[in-house]
Amino acid sequence: MADLGCVIAGIESINPFWLASAPPTDKHYNVVRAFDAGWGGVVWKTLGIDPPVVNVSSRYGVHQNTSGGIIGINNIELISDRPLETNLREIEQCRKEWPDRVIIGSMMAEIDEQAWKELAIKIANSGVHGIELNLGCPHGMCERGMGSAIGQVPEMVEQTTRWVREAVDIPVFTKLTPNITNILWAAEAAKQGGAHAVSLINTVNSIVSVDLDEMAPNPIVDGKGTHGGYCGAAVKPIALNMVAEIARATETRGLEISAIGGIENWRDAAEFIALGANALQVCTAAMLYGFRIVDDMIDGLSTFMDQKGYRSIEDFRGKAIANTVNWNELNMNFDTKALIDPDKCIECGRCHIACEDTSHQAIEFKVNEAGKRSFTVVDEDCVGCNLCAHVCPVPDCIEMVPVATDKPYVTWPEHPLNPLKTDPISSQ
Amino acid sequence: MPADSGNKSSSCGASASDIAANFDDLHKPLNALQAVGAADHCLYCYDAPCIQACPTSIDIPTFIHQIRTDNVMGAARTILSENIMGGTCARACPTEVLCEQACVYNLGDEAPVEIGLLQRFAVDHLMEQGGAHPFERGAETGKHIAVVGAGPAGLSCAHRAAMLGHKITVFEAKAKPGGLNEYGLAAYKMVDDFAQKEVEFLLGIGGIEIKYGHTLGENLRLQNLQQDFDAVFVSIGLGGTNKLGLDRENNGGVIDAIDFIETLRQTDNKADVTIGQNIIVIGGGNTAIDAAVQAKKLNAGNVTLVYRRGESAMSATPYEVELARKNGVMLELWAKPAAIIGDDRVTSVTFERTRMLNGKLAGTGETFDIVADTVMKAIGQQLGIASLKGFEIAGGKVAVTADYSTNLSGVFAGGDCIATGEDLTVQAIEDGKQAAHAIDKFLTSEGTHNG
Repeated sequence: MADLGCVIAGIESINPFWLASAPPTDKHYNVVRAFDAGWGGVVWKTLGIDPPVVNVSSRYGVHQNTSGGIIGINNIELISDRPLETNLREIEQCRKEWPDRVIIGSMMAEIDEQAWKELAIKIANSGVHGIELNLGCPHGMCERGMGSAIGQVPEMVEQTTRWVREAVDIPVFTKLTPNITNILWAAEAAKQGGAHAVSLINTVNSIVSVDLDEMAPNPIVDGKGTHGGYCGAAVKPIALNMVAEIARATETRGLEISAIGGIENWRDAAEFIALGANALQVCTAAMLYGFRIVDDMIDGLSTFMDQKGYRSIEDFRGKAIANTVNWNELNMNFDTKALIDPDKCIECGRCHIACEDTSHQAIEFKVNEAGKRSFTVVDEDCVGCNLCAHVCPVPDCIEMVPVATDKPYVTWPEHPLNPLKTDPISSQ
Repeated sequence: MPADSGNKSSSCGASASDIAANFDDLHKPLNALQAVGAADHCLYCYDAPCIQACPTSIDIPTFIHQIRTDNVMGAARTILSENIMGGTCARACPTEVLCEQACVYNLGDEAPVEIGLLQRFAVDHLMEQGGAHPFERGAETGKHIAVVGAGPAGLSCAHRAAMLGHKITVFEAKAKPGGLNEYGLAAYKMVDDFAQKEVEFLLGIGGIEIKYGHTLGENLRLQNLQQDFDAVFVSIGLGGTNKLGLDRENNGGVIDAIDFIETLRQTDNKADVTIGQNIIVIGGGNTAIDAAVQAKKLNAGNVTLVYRRGESAMSATPYEVELARKNGVMLELWAKPAAIIGDDRVTSVTFERTRMLNGKLAGTGETFDIVADTVMKAIGQQLGIASLKGFEIAGGKVAVTADYSTNLSGVFAGGDCIATGEDLTVQAIEDGKQAAHAIDKFLTSEGTHNG
C-alpha cells in the first residue's frame, strides 16, 4: 500500500488531509473527533486578540444543484468567539493526547507589529507545529482592518508574514485570499516575507442567493444579509488555477502549498497534488457529511496511487504542472472529432440540441420510418469542442477521437494566420 | 354481510376499515422530496419521444424541468394547456405503454422517469392551491355548442371550446358529470372524489352549463340540438355491453363488470358492497382486471379471471395483469365459457379449453367447471346504436372524418363512441380538444360564409 505520509514546511504528517481553519476546528471536542476519524492534522479556528468577537445568529447560506445537493456554502461567521486562553489550553491538551497529529494555529490581528508578534508568541507557546496567517476572511473582519483587508495588499502580506517569522521559530503559513486580481502578487509577497508555505484559497467573496420573499440576501439576520465567504465544490476550479499559477510561475516556483478549495474526495485531493500541493485542507465536505469522509479520501487516494504505481505522494506531486501551459503554447494543429457510439446512445438528443443551438450544427438528427432516432456527427463541421460529450448522460457514449495528422506542433505565435507571427528560430 | 358469510373460505374477519384501506391510492402521490428526485432523473430530452407517445402531446420534459426549478404552478399549466384532465390521466393512464415506455432510459436498461407521478404532483399542487382558473375564456363568439355526454371527451371539448370563446351546454344522461372517470375507473385509481373535483376545476373556465338526466334517443333528440345550437359534439361513450350468448345469462349473480365497478365507485363505504365468495371474471382487458382486483380488495375468497386466449393477447397491460396476480387473482387462460349452471342463480360455469387452430381460436371439446356465485362479464362494450339514428356507423361505432365531423352537418363526435376510439381516457380527452378546434374552425368559416 502506498505511503500517504507527507511533509510541508518541514512538518511531517501521517497523511495530507488536514481540516482547514473553520467551525469544524473550533474546540477540543471537534478536533479529537477529527483525529479519531483519521485526519492527519487541523488548522485551529482563527484566534484573535481578546476580547473575543461576537457572532450573529444565522450564519450559512448554500448553493444547490437541481437535485438539492449542496455545491457551495457561504458563511458570515467570524473568527473564534471563545477567549484566547480557553483555545490555547485546549490546543495544549490536544497536542498531548494526539502527539502524531499536526495542529497549526491560525491567527489574525490588525496591522500592528506588536499585536501580531505577541499573539504569534502566545500561540506558539501552546505547542502548535506552525502558525497560519489568516489574511483572507472576506466578511466582517475585513471591515475591522483584518483578514482580506490585509491579504489584498501585497505589502501588508509581506509585512505580517515577516513579523510572525521574526517572532516565532516554528513554520509560518501565509493564507491567501482569492479576492484579488492576481494571486501571484500575494504569493510573491508571502515568499518575500519569509513564509515557509502558502495556504490557498480562502473563501471567495459572495452573495449566495436572495430570499425572494424577504427580499434580502441569504443568510438573513433579522431581515438583512451581507456578503460572505464562499467555499465548497463550486470553488475548486478557482483554487486549482491559483495553485497551478503559483506552482508554475518562475517567481514562486518551489513555494510550498497547502491547497484548499472544494476538496471533497480523493480525486480532488489527487488533482491538487498533481498541480504541486504539498498538503491539503478540507472544510466544506466535512461540514456537509461529517469527519467520516476522510476514510474514503485515504482509501481512494491510496488505491489510485497503487494502481498507478506511485509509492509516495512525492512520486506524483506536481506531475501535471509541466502540462499546464499558457494558451499560446498549445498545438494549433491538434484536432479531435466527436464520435457517438450508436449502441450506447439512448436517443435523448441532448448532444444535438446543444450543438445545433449553441455550437457548430455538427450533429445530424434523423428519425427513420420506424421512429428510431439517430444522431450522427458531421466531421466537416465538428470543431472538437467536447460540448456534446459533456452533456451526454451516458458514460463513454461520445468519444473525442484525435484526428491522425503528420502536421508539426505549431503554436499560435508560430501560426501562419497570426499577423504577429514570430520566427520560431529567431525568437529563441 | 353476504348471505354465505358462514363459509370458511371467506375472509369475513376483515373490518370495514381494512376494506377501506384496501381501496387506498394504488400509487401514493409523490412528496416534495420524491418529486425532486424523480424530476432530477429526467434528461430534458430534445424533441422527446415521451411527448410523441402522449396522445395529448403534453410537453413532458418542459413540465418536469419546471418542477425542477420549483415552478410547480408553471409545470401544471404546461400539462393542463394540452390536457385539461391531466389529473385523471396522471392517475389512470397506462403510462407503462405510453409516455414511460417511450422514455429514452428504457434504451439504456434504466428505469424510466416517473412521468405519471410527476404529472400528478404538479396538477395536484395547482388544484390544491385553488385560486383563479389557469386559463381565460376567449372573447365571446356568440356561438352555442351542444355537447352530448359529460365524460372525458365531452368535458375536454367543452373546456377548449370555452377557451375559444364559445358557449357550451353539456347534456349528460347520468346524475353526475365525469363519465368513466366518475363511474368506470377502479376506485383505487381515483380516491377522494377526484373526478368530481376535477370537473369542478374544469368548469372554472366559465361558459359551460351541464344539464343532467338527458339521454340521447330518449328525452334528448338530435334534431332539436341541431336546430337549437350552432354545432353539436357527440361523446356518449359506449352504452351497451357485449353478451356471452349463453342460456341463463340473466340468472342471478351474472352481471356486467362495469356495473360492479360503477356500484363500487358510487358507494362511499366500500364494505357496504356485497359480493360472493367465488367470483369469475370473464375477459382480458383492463375492465376485467379492475373488476377482479376490486373483488379481491372486497375480500372475496376466490377470484378467477378467465380469458379465451393467452396472456400476450390480453388487452390489459402487463402491469395490470401483474397487479391482478399480486392481489391474488387466479388467471385461467385458453378457456371460453360454454354454459352457465344453476336454476335461478348461477352456481358454476362450464368452460371449454381453447387453442389456436390454423390461426383461428377453436374449442378443444375438453371442459371443466368453476364454482361461482358471481360471474362478471368484461368482454367489451358497444355503442347503443338505437339512440344514434341517422349517423353513419363504421365498425360498430360512429364514423368520423379526420376533423371529427360525422356525416351530419355541424355534428361532430369523439371519445369511445367513434371508430378511432381507443378505450383510453387520454385519447378521449385529445379527441375532445381537437374536435373543439374543428368545431371552432367550422363555426368561424360558417360565419364567414353567412356574413
